[in-house]
Amino acid sequence: MTVFNLYIFDKFGTLLYYTEWNRTKKSGMTKEEEAKLTYGMLYSIKSFVAKISPHDPREGFLYYKTNRYALHYLETPSGLKFVLNTDTAALNVKELLQLMYAKVWVEYVVRDPLWTPGTPVTSELFQTKLDEFIKQSSIFGLRSI
Amino acid sequence: MSRQTSRFDAKKVNAEFLTLTYGALVTQMLRDFENVEDVNKQLERIGYNMGMRLIEDFLARTQAPRCLEMRETADRIQQAFRIYLNVQPSISNWSPALDEFSLIFDSNPLTEFVELPQDLTNLRYSSIFSGCIRGALEMVQLEVQCWFAQDQLKGDNVTELRVKFIRRLEDAIPAGED
Repeated sequence: MTVFNLYIFDKFGTLLYYTEWNRTKKSGMTKEEEAKLTYGMLYSIKSFVAKISPHDPREGFLYYKTNRYALHYLETPSGLKFVLNTDTAALNVKELLQLMYAKVWVEYVVRDPLWTPGTPVTSELFQTKLDEFIKQSSIFGLRSI
Repeated sequence: MSRQTSRFDAKKVNAEFLTLTYGALVTQMLRDFENVEDVNKQLERIGYNMGMRLIEDFLARTQAPRCLEMRETADRIQQAFRIYLNVQPSISNWSPALDEFSLIFDSNPLTEFVELPQDLTNLRYSSIFSGCIRGALEMVQLEVQCWFAQDQLKGDNVTELRVKFIRRLEDAIPAGED
């Protein structure tokens, strides 16, 4: 099992943070273009899911899967969006994202007085802690692609 | 700075520490600004900036979903006061349209050792609360107005904080989409 990459967006679609681990194929565009494309897709999926759902959608869009990867999506009520790409076998990614929000994002970004809300995160401490957090998680195994 | 503070659990810090620090802040601001109205405004602004960050901590701790009506919002605010200040305001005085309510505090931890001098009757000592509520709710797409209807510092029996729902803010559409 493995983790590929992570995007963090705010509610205005600003890319606050991007990082990758075992990503072997590049998209061939700049990070900014790719983030814009990703955000646009997520936005469309979100409204699509909300409109097409035959029930009242409680949590809305959670994840999608292709034959090679799964994209997991967590949106907080404050509009922060965490997007994690993993292989298709990864379990409990939603819980992992929730934990990452509480233990890494709030702890090292929101409580960092040098960070201005709505701007990309550059804190090295956050980068280190995030990397540790993901590498310790059960879904970050050896690559089995 | 955040490194050292994050080691303390919020509940384990003595309330007097907060009360006195806040008192020092207000005193300093009264010295810095001539005008009491300016102090009110600044305290509100500081509260707003705190609220914007505090909401993330609150959401991460409680995993609370989005509120669908003001009653839920009121309960959450009550819960937040319990978490962060260990006081439980009661909720009352709903307006008929259910878009306005009051938080009633029997005691206010910020004003524990405070007496307002005669010449500062215009000072809204705990303005930071109203700013904080406004900032936090704005982050969850709720625009509200928040003000003090009664204040123990001004001789009232209880402290009453009034919250009025203005409108729901809309989700931003990504750039490039019409």
